Amino acid sequence: MTTLVDYDDAIARFDPVLGIEVHVELGTATKMFDDAPAHFGAQPNSAVTPVSLGLPGALPVVNGTAVEYAIRIGLALNCQIAETCRFARKNYFYPDVPKNFQTSQYDEPIAFEGYLDVELEDGEVFRVEIERAHMEEDAGKNTHVGGSGRIHGAEYSLVDYNRAGIPLVEIVTKPITGVGARAPEVARAYVSALRDIFRTLGVSEARMERGNVRADVNLSLRATPDAPLGTRTETKNVNSFRSIERAVRYEVSRQAAVLDAGQSVVQETRHFHEDTGSTSSGRVKSDADDYRYFPEPDLVPLAPPREWVEEIRASLPELPALRRRRLVTEWGYSEEEMRDVVNAGALDLIEATVAAGAAPAAARKWWMGELSRTAKTSGVELADLDVTPQHVAELQALVDSGRVNDKLARQVLEGVLAGEGAPEDVVTARGLEVVSDDGPLLEVIDATLAEQPDIAEKIRSGNLGPMGVIIGAVMKATRGQADAGRVRELVQERLS
Amino acid sequence: MTDLTRLTAADLAERLRSGEVTSVEATQAHLDRIAAVDGPVHAFLHINSEEALATAADVDARRAAGEDLHELAGVPIAVKDVVVTKDQVTTAGSKILDGWIPPYDATLVEKLRAAGMPILGKTNMDEFAMGSSTEHSAYGPTRNPWDLDRIPGGSGGGSAAAVAAYEAPLAIGTDTGGSIRQPAAVTGTVGVKPTYGSVSRYGLIALASSLDQAGPCSRTVLDSALLHDVIGGHDPRDSTSLPEPAPSYADAARAGATGDLTGVRVGVVRELGGEGYQPGVRASFEASLDHLRAAGAEVVEVSCPSFSAALAAYYLILPSEASSNLAKFDGMRFGLRVEPAEGPVTAERVMAATRGAGFGPEVKRRIILGTYALSAGYYDAYYGSAQKVRTLIQRDFAAAFEAADVLVSPTAPTTAFRFGEKVDDPMAMYLNDVATIPANLAGIPGLSLPSGLSDDGLPVGFQVLAPARADERLYRVGAALETRLLAAAGGAGVLADAPELETLTDTTEAAR
Amino acid sequence: MSTINADEVARLAALARIDLTPEETDRLAGDLDVIVQSVATVSEVAGDDVPATSHPIPLTNVLRDDVVGQTLPLEDILAQAPQAEDGQFAVPQILGEEQ
Repeated sequence: MTTLVDYDDAIARFDPVLGIEVHVELGTATKMFDDAPAHFGAQPNSAVTPVSLGLPGALPVVNGTAVEYAIRIGLALNCQIAETCRFARKNYFYPDVPKNFQTSQYDEPIAFEGYLDVELEDGEVFRVEIERAHMEEDAGKNTHVGGSGRIHGAEYSLVDYNRAGIPLVEIVTKPITGVGARAPEVARAYVSALRDIFRTLGVSEARMERGNVRADVNLSLRATPDAPLGTRTETKNVNSFRSIERAVRYEVSRQAAVLDAGQSVVQETRHFHEDTGSTSSGRVKSDADDYRYFPEPDLVPLAPPREWVEEIRASLPELPALRRRRLVTEWGYSEEEMRDVVNAGALDLIEATVAAGAAPAAARKWWMGELSRTAKTSGVELADLDVTPQHVAELQALVDSGRVNDKLARQVLEGVLAGEGAPEDVVTARGLEVVSDDGPLLEVIDATLAEQPDIAEKIRSGNLGPMGVIIGAVMKATRGQADAGRVRELVQERLS
Repeated sequence: MTDLTRLTAADLAERLRSGEVTSVEATQAHLDRIAAVDGPVHAFLHINSEEALATAADVDARRAAGEDLHELAGVPIAVKDVVVTKDQVTTAGSKILDGWIPPYDATLVEKLRAAGMPILGKTNMDEFAMGSSTEHSAYGPTRNPWDLDRIPGGSGGGSAAAVAAYEAPLAIGTDTGGSIRQPAAVTGTVGVKPTYGSVSRYGLIALASSLDQAGPCSRTVLDSALLHDVIGGHDPRDSTSLPEPAPSYADAARAGATGDLTGVRVGVVRELGGEGYQPGVRASFEASLDHLRAAGAEVVEVSCPSFSAALAAYYLILPSEASSNLAKFDGMRFGLRVEPAEGPVTAERVMAATRGAGFGPEVKRRIILGTYALSAGYYDAYYGSAQKVRTLIQRDFAAAFEAADVLVSPTAPTTAFRFGEKVDDPMAMYLNDVATIPANLAGIPGLSLPSGLSDDGLPVGFQVLAPARADERLYRVGAALETRLLAAAGGAGVLADAPELETLTDTTEAAR
Repeated sequence: MSTINADEVARLAALARIDLTPEETDRLAGDLDVIVQSVATVSEVAGDDVPATSHPIPLTNVLRDDVVGQTLPLEDILAQAPQAEDGQFAVPQILGEEQ
């Protein structure tokens, strides 16, 4: 059993340095180097051509849309876009790599030297320096059969090359220093911010659970921030935000224990285990990792014309961080309110609600109040509730026009959530409208006053204290459909 | 009746057009010839009678129906076994691909099929095109029709020998360092390596991606030009394919056939001659220069000093790229799979056992050399430096083409050598390509045509080089020289001096 | 320049995934040593100011439209596989790891 040092204790004595490599599968129609579809069904080896199967004689041709997506990502990460760049071959033998080399960018990435400002939950902002973003291709998938089902016990493997050749962009950070105890949060927030950017840019569905976005987390410890970088480990394919945090925490605790024992951290890849939250030793980096990179002779250099790059830059959608900043101003939310909105995943919903006519404050009240509670109770995401921003805007309009009061509005919402239709439909079907015709209301008021002559007298003599009793009784008699303000006015008129 | 196998492709095409002969007759005649002589010559690895005759019959029917057909429709052709052919075995001369049936056609094969050219079969070659003699074929060597004890050149010895032995009027070769031109030289035939990118590489089993180029093999310059017109042109499936449309090379050859080269400057490359070149080869070369002068060409000397490093650069670039290109042959997805004799059966060990058993000695030698040249710590000294030499060679060519419209040299330093003479001495074997390699390093086109016989009675090749994208100059100058040589020889080509091959007595029976 | 001995050949053969017999290893060590000595001159020919040429004909920006084309029929590709199962390529157990 691996000994671990308590996280807080480890952080008190060591300075963690992060490095994160994120692979994102691009949402192109075809693969990186051939016209096989990049989206496929369950049938293995159904989406392959001679190129993606690495057959003798086949040749690669670069997918122009994948290049455009890579440039979009580079620009969104404030990178420089290479004047000229190339693909190289990374040579290594592995059954899921059909050519036994991966075509990737090596010393000449398409984008380099950028940064991303990452906001943590408490509003603190960390700048993560980006070293490079480069294009490459994915490998196929092995299924291990027989034995215990794990790699080492398997008798043989089945290989499906559908995924081989899917375009990837790999984004590599420079060493992320100065994060201290917040290393796990920063790692998580960085990958989360990237995921949002990929979606905003429309370059990938960016679904972590489907492996569209995969993170490799490098971590090392050093005694002090002035000390040289320590030996790092690379925990591969950590594929959920929570796992990223856990993997970082675990490695901090584990490496601290190794160092405490007077041993050195082994430079190796490690595997993260969801069930235990731990990592285990994988492949040790060694001299045998001689990938014999050389420029891919079957592909010609890429020199993205500057006009094209500027065209892409001009067409970039507003990025998540900028959008938040703009909306804070436009909506008049406090920083704290905005952070809560973002963390609750309500930003898009509120924006759509405002677009449908609701005031920003009202939209926030609904989504962060009643609807957040409902979502929490039913254990679903806000966006998955059976209510649309249009519904919420309509509901608020009913309130604003005085046709329903707050209490009725909540009942209307209940109806909408129960699938009874749009707010207007619920109002009609449930007969929830505020009674605004004075005639019937006056009848109820007169009856109520007649039942309670003592109180009526007190009010008439100028003592407004018991007014609430009358209003309450009227509201009760009208099953809440009366407008309380109007009831008050009418009572005063009657008794003046 | 005319022996259809002795006709040039252009003549045969004319007779097919006129209806004098049918494609089935022409195809059958060549299949019969193969049956009669290919036992000892061994130019073919796979013969494709059924499909070739079906294509021929289809062309005949379409012609009878009045369809507008390609100029070479119905003319049969042989294809080097390094070019993938759908539903037909393709081995690249290697055991590791024994019996492999590709699920797709190379682009150039699609073009041959579209032109209606029956494919007679696949020709022998050094394994994965590594060699200059076909002695490195896993399926036994091809023999030179001029002397069965001698090599037919390589790697495309099969294609050259098939054409020289009248087994096919045309063949497809590939040329990475001379594999079309050197076999043409030693078999008395014509071979052209087009400008890099002129013919699509899609479907060529890659040896060295930045050097490989497919091209025509034939008995006349015009025939090569006609075939180049069929297989050339832009291919969106090859990123290195030239984007611009090509002119008609046949027209260039026809223009050259007048024998007039007035105003053409011919540069003799000082470094590609002299020491190391057989006296008979030099004599034949000098005689050809006289013919060119007589045709009105101005012959000048040019110098390309960096060529001295070409061989070294080539033997670093080729093995490096080959070591990576040949990594896919691992017994996992196609081809041979061999399990290790002992110990656990893992993917890693099966790959190594398969490659150990499936590759021949020359392939192993070059893969190991390439692995070395690319490995960490050596890259800059070897691969990186070789790429710089390439730049110097391009600069030499650029300067030489300022002074001359085409450059010329003997194609190979010697005539055909005997089997076994160089097979155990890799450096001696590699020196065969000294005159052909610079063109591949620079991407420029080169043609070899027979200029006569050496004092040993064997054919000599004359090489013409042109600037990149100026392939038409090869055909014009080559055809002019060919015309002058034919006239001087009283109308008989060099091949007329080749001894007749012994044939099986009942050729018709043997073919059936 | 370094020399290539049998140990170096064995290292390279492992990297290139080729089983060699001891005789082949010794033979290749001799061959390669001669070849490497002969080709080593390249590093002396070109100075630092000479750019490298990776492609003989300079082309740039050869890009493909993102349009789906024809895929291979499953039976065609598996027919040539040394071993296949459930529409997939069957390969021996994999001990190493993905890179």
